[in-house]
Amino acid sequence: MLRGLWKLTWIEMKIFMREPLGAFGTIGVPVLIFVVLGRFASFRTGTPSPAVMGLSGADLPVLAALLISVSAVLSLVTIISIYREGGILKRLRATPLRPQTILSAHVIVKLLLTAATLGLMFLAGKRYFPPGAHVPWLSFTIALLISTWSVLSIGFLIASIVPTARFAQPIGAIVLYPIAFSGLFFHTSDLPPVLRAVARALPLTYAVRLLEGIWNGDGWFAHLGDVAALTVLFLLFTAISAKVFRWE
Amino acid sequence: MHPVIEVSGVRKTYGKTVAVEQASFEVNQGEIFGLIGPNGAGKTTTMECIEGIRKPDCGTITVLGLDPFRQVYKLQDRIGVQLQQAQLQKRIKVWEAVDLWASLYGKKAIDGRRLLAQLSLTDKRDAWFMNLSGGQKQRLFIALALINDPELVFLDELTTGLDPQARHAIWDLVRGIRERGKTVFLTTHLMEEAERLCDRVAIMEHGRIIDIDTPESLVRRHCPERTVVLDVSDPAAGDHFQMIPGVESVTCENMRFTIRGRGDDLVSEVIRCLSENRIRVTDFRTVLPNLEDVFLKLTGRSIRE
Repeated sequence: MLRGLWKLTWIEMKIFMREPLGAFGTIGVPVLIFVVLGRFASFRTGTPSPAVMGLSGADLPVLAALLISVSAVLSLVTIISIYREGGILKRLRATPLRPQTILSAHVIVKLLLTAATLGLMFLAGKRYFPPGAHVPWLSFTIALLISTWSVLSIGFLIASIVPTARFAQPIGAIVLYPIAFSGLFFHTSDLPPVLRAVARALPLTYAVRLLEGIWNGDGWFAHLGDVAALTVLFLLFTAISAKVFRWE
Repeated sequence: MHPVIEVSGVRKTYGKTVAVEQASFEVNQGEIFGLIGPNGAGKTTTMECIEGIRKPDCGTITVLGLDPFRQVYKLQDRIGVQLQQAQLQKRIKVWEAVDLWASLYGKKAIDGRRLLAQLSLTDKRDAWFMNLSGGQKQRLFIALALINDPELVFLDELTTGLDPQARHAIWDLVRGIRERGKTVFLTTHLMEEAERLCDRVAIMEHGRIIDIDTPESLVRRHCPERTVVLDVSDPAAGDHFQMIPGVESVTCENMRFTIRGRGDDLVSEVIRCLSENRIRVTDFRTVLPNLEDVFLKLTGRSIRE
């Protein structure tokens, strides 16, 4: 049923790397933002600039991690809508290839890139953290992959229905903005009830809680609820997008 | 000969627009069957219903014994498809596309290298899709349509936008497909292409199929007129020409006579008249009607619009 998946994934990975701007935007920008922010908030000098006083502890790595995740979503939505607009999806449709296979290939590419970006970020940001600080790199990477996967499912849904690449941009922004009330900048309990309800339906809310917790050294058991929520949202969005997927 | 495609009473609408109405026909094993008509006649929609990409509103279609919409994955394993205005990923290489397509089918694909060589794409193996010319892209799409060694190949407007040389090369390729015992179903709005390539054609206009037959039979049936044009030095020859059986009109301009009539015997009757009356001829040619004329006659308009 997933015939051609590995070949397609490998080819899509190569195609992505051949697109200089795409690779830079997905891998370079989050790393750059992290380095620049990290410099301002430099933990090494011990005198963080007032602008980022609010960002402390886990916030910076979590914000950077979410940026990776969101840029993966934007890139997925854009690529699928370009493929649809250009008739590439239509051509693929006339083969035994199925929509799940096409989306899966892109998701795998995005997850691999997410892991790679995070790795680069750790390397670049190492010096901003006090020596000897214990950071659970492996767990954090796994948490980010789970989060990205779940956020990508919203990407699927958007990618399944947006008619053109031009539509993909504003709709992608709708995915981006909920970061504001996902609990990263203020606690969801401080939000008005309506926004709190919105926050509960967004994968980003659970992603933030999971990433923060793991960064701060929580065990996985403490966050089973978040992982479960991310999984449920993933299944829900994927099921809907498989139903509404449009080839042209 | 048994039919590999059976279409019966198919109708397809998009909103209020009727794209295909009451389409019924059969395509036989081993023939090149052409669906011809102007742009917007419903050819592509008909083809896409047969390929299982679209679901007809009503009517039945059987392809290789399968229901193309319900058993689309089973069908796609056995057919090859070239779509009108298709694209691939801009930066996919030619060999990668062939390799990917080869991996998608249940049965073993044919040798991709040989296929590319047959289509003169060997030097372009490492080229990105976006850097190929129109003809090269078209040949690549044909390669992708043939990679699974299909029993039935669909070609939608395959030579549109190509120069005459590339067009002739592709026609040879299509004949090659038939020679290997495959069936070809194609659409075209080029009457010359249909006449040279197709064993049988169906003429389509405004979503309806008007007539189906071999190109020769269609011409004979709908346009029995024959025209002979000849240059003679004797101005009195016109009187003799009027006497030829089957002649409908004789016109003369600068000693060039145009004789119009009907029936397969017209040309031989003209020749007999020339020899019996010892008329000296300096030039002689016949003008036969073609599918273009058939189309004009059947629809009252030119296929080129």
